[in-house]
Amino acid sequence: MTNSCRSDAIIQEIITALKHKPGALLPILHAIQNALGYIPATGVPIIANMLNLSRAEIHGVISFYHYFRDTPPGKHTIHLCRAESCQAMGGKLLENHVKTKLGIDFHETTADDQFSLEPVYCLGNCACSPAMQIDGEIYGRVSAASFDASINELESLA
Amino acid sequence: MSIRIYVPCDSSAISLGANRVAKAITLEAQRRGIAIDLVRNGSRGLFWLEPLIEIETPAGRIAYGPVQVSNVSALFDADFHHGGAHKLALGLTEELHYLKRQQRLTFARAGKTDPVNLDDYIKHDGYRGLQNALKLAPQDIVKAVTDSGLRGRGGAAFPTGIKWNTVLNTPAEQKYILCNADEGDSGTFSDRMVMEGDPFVLIEGMTIAGLTVGANQGYIYLRVEYPHAHKALNTAIDKAYAAGYLGNNILSSGKTFHLEVRLGAGAYICGEETSLMESLEGKRGLVRFKPPLPAVKGLFGQPTVVNNVISLASVPIILDKGGDYYRDFGMGRSRGTLPLQLAGNLKHTGLVELAFGTTLRELLYDFGGGSASGRPIKAVQVGGPLGAYLPESQFDTPLDYEAFAAIWAVLGHGGVVAFDDTVDMAEMARYSMAFCAIESCGKCTPCRIGSTRGTEVIDDIIKGRELNKNIPLLRDLCNTLLNGSLCALGGMTPYPVLSALNHFPEDFGITDEADAA
Repeated sequence: MTNSCRSDAIIQEIITALKHKPGALLPILHAIQNALGYIPATGVPIIANMLNLSRAEIHGVISFYHYFRDTPPGKHTIHLCRAESCQAMGGKLLENHVKTKLGIDFHETTADDQFSLEPVYCLGNCACSPAMQIDGEIYGRVSAASFDASINELESLA
Repeated sequence: MSIRIYVPCDSSAISLGANRVAKAITLEAQRRGIAIDLVRNGSRGLFWLEPLIEIETPAGRIAYGPVQVSNVSALFDADFHHGGAHKLALGLTEELHYLKRQQRLTFARAGKTDPVNLDDYIKHDGYRGLQNALKLAPQDIVKAVTDSGLRGRGGAAFPTGIKWNTVLNTPAEQKYILCNADEGDSGTFSDRMVMEGDPFVLIEGMTIAGLTVGANQGYIYLRVEYPHAHKALNTAIDKAYAAGYLGNNILSSGKTFHLEVRLGAGAYICGEETSLMESLEGKRGLVRFKPPLPAVKGLFGQPTVVNNVISLASVPIILDKGGDYYRDFGMGRSRGTLPLQLAGNLKHTGLVELAFGTTLRELLYDFGGGSASGRPIKAVQVGGPLGAYLPESQFDTPLDYEAFAAIWAVLGHGGVVAFDDTVDMAEMARYSMAFCAIESCGKCTPCRIGSTRGTEVIDDIIKGRELNKNIPLLRDLCNTLLNGSLCALGGMTPYPVLSALNHFPEDFGITDEADAA
């Protein structure tokens, strides 16, 4: 089975399991992204067909929400907070450091597919600014040095 | 007997290393052959001391913090597990100045209990509100909530009792309780702390709301940025079902209430109640026109109570101790307590639950300890990204909905973000406009286009281009956003923008007072 066939099968399975829920589309999209890391374009007609919606509607929902992505992410996804509290504690400088260190801008993935960088507007960790999340794990009072240490640790585990 | 040690599982504590500390304590205790009972409690909300660990002693719980893995061995050497002296020892937790001066009603249990232990919850007065509610007629529950003076803690401050009454009196086969847990406002984290630190209180509050208005289904719309809260809520909901506190026959009363958590997907606008409902229905989060009110025609077209986490989590204590008890806290028309969140450039960041009426200055200096950087505090944004920036001259304003409205500011969800004098307020104003452009749902023109044009105008102002034309243009644009937007995103973005301009004109290159007017 090709990769794309396999992901189509996973998508169908997910939809079958969740389509009975009222307002099932977001739970379905979350489940697909959890399973595959993103929502592939080939999934859109499958979802549309199985939920009896138009492809435009499905695409509209996927593109409306910042969290959903239609391209594969890197091995690790870094969500860096850009909101006010983090700005008050040097978030801008940290942002510059992170971009330089990784050599990418927001919404990009490093050439070796290790890291994707996404902005986030508040992680609710404002008492420990600046904050970031890597693969769902949260980090507080992040400095340039502690960021480098976290990244190096993840790379050494690879 | 084993020694009980508490290490918080709150995500802010985890962000500072609490999981590693918990593991190190377990290993060190094993190595030394000491029997311990490690409890992962919620956070007390003193974040400059996190990870704050506590030891249960006959005299009460003794706190140590901030504890790092490197301290663990020395703490055992100092006999900390019997309350021994150590440089990180803080004394009895309950006596900590920061905590002792608070009036914790909604957060009465947070930090004391294991958040997902139902027995612990019940032992600490949990489910007493529901027990009382089951004995009351719906009208009497609404009366208690109305009498308490509770107003929506999400930011809009609409009286909760009136909202409930509307849903109660709107006949329908199906009604819903919808908890707005899309805590997108930057600088706020009290919803997260409730959900991670005391999830049963939210479940209890929603159950009471359901029984009151005749809704048998509840949803918690939770932001995806809160994975720890998601886990805690789902665990607590499973336990509540297993013990008969949720389901088809709640505590053998014959009443039904079901509850499910739904995840958002990173759209700030979905914290707006009508956008939230669209999202939960599986659509793009476009804001709806009002009327019809959600209380009449809400989720899936049915009457729906939409309340913030803190509003719903405040209901159990009102039903337990009575509306009068809650109303006796506070001032003017702002009754009860508000959990404030101290964030940004402050020495002592954390959660401070107080009766309304304390001044911002007391909060910033007595609790917050002044700026973390040691420089003067220049501006404070209260109430999230759509809240006004307050200069030092307004720090004596009491924390009260009406007092804040009188100075063209908002209390919002109680977030307080401090900036020292290195902040450039023109940059902050630009950020607010740019944020609005990124997060606009796109339905109404003032917000969709005005925010982009606003960012451009502020860019010109920052570059010093034609201030005499661009400043009035920015004001005019803000006026359009303020009066012409469909919801609070466009309608309130002018608050941070204009307050920055009005209070800090020098940051916009305005030297002559007349230009600023």
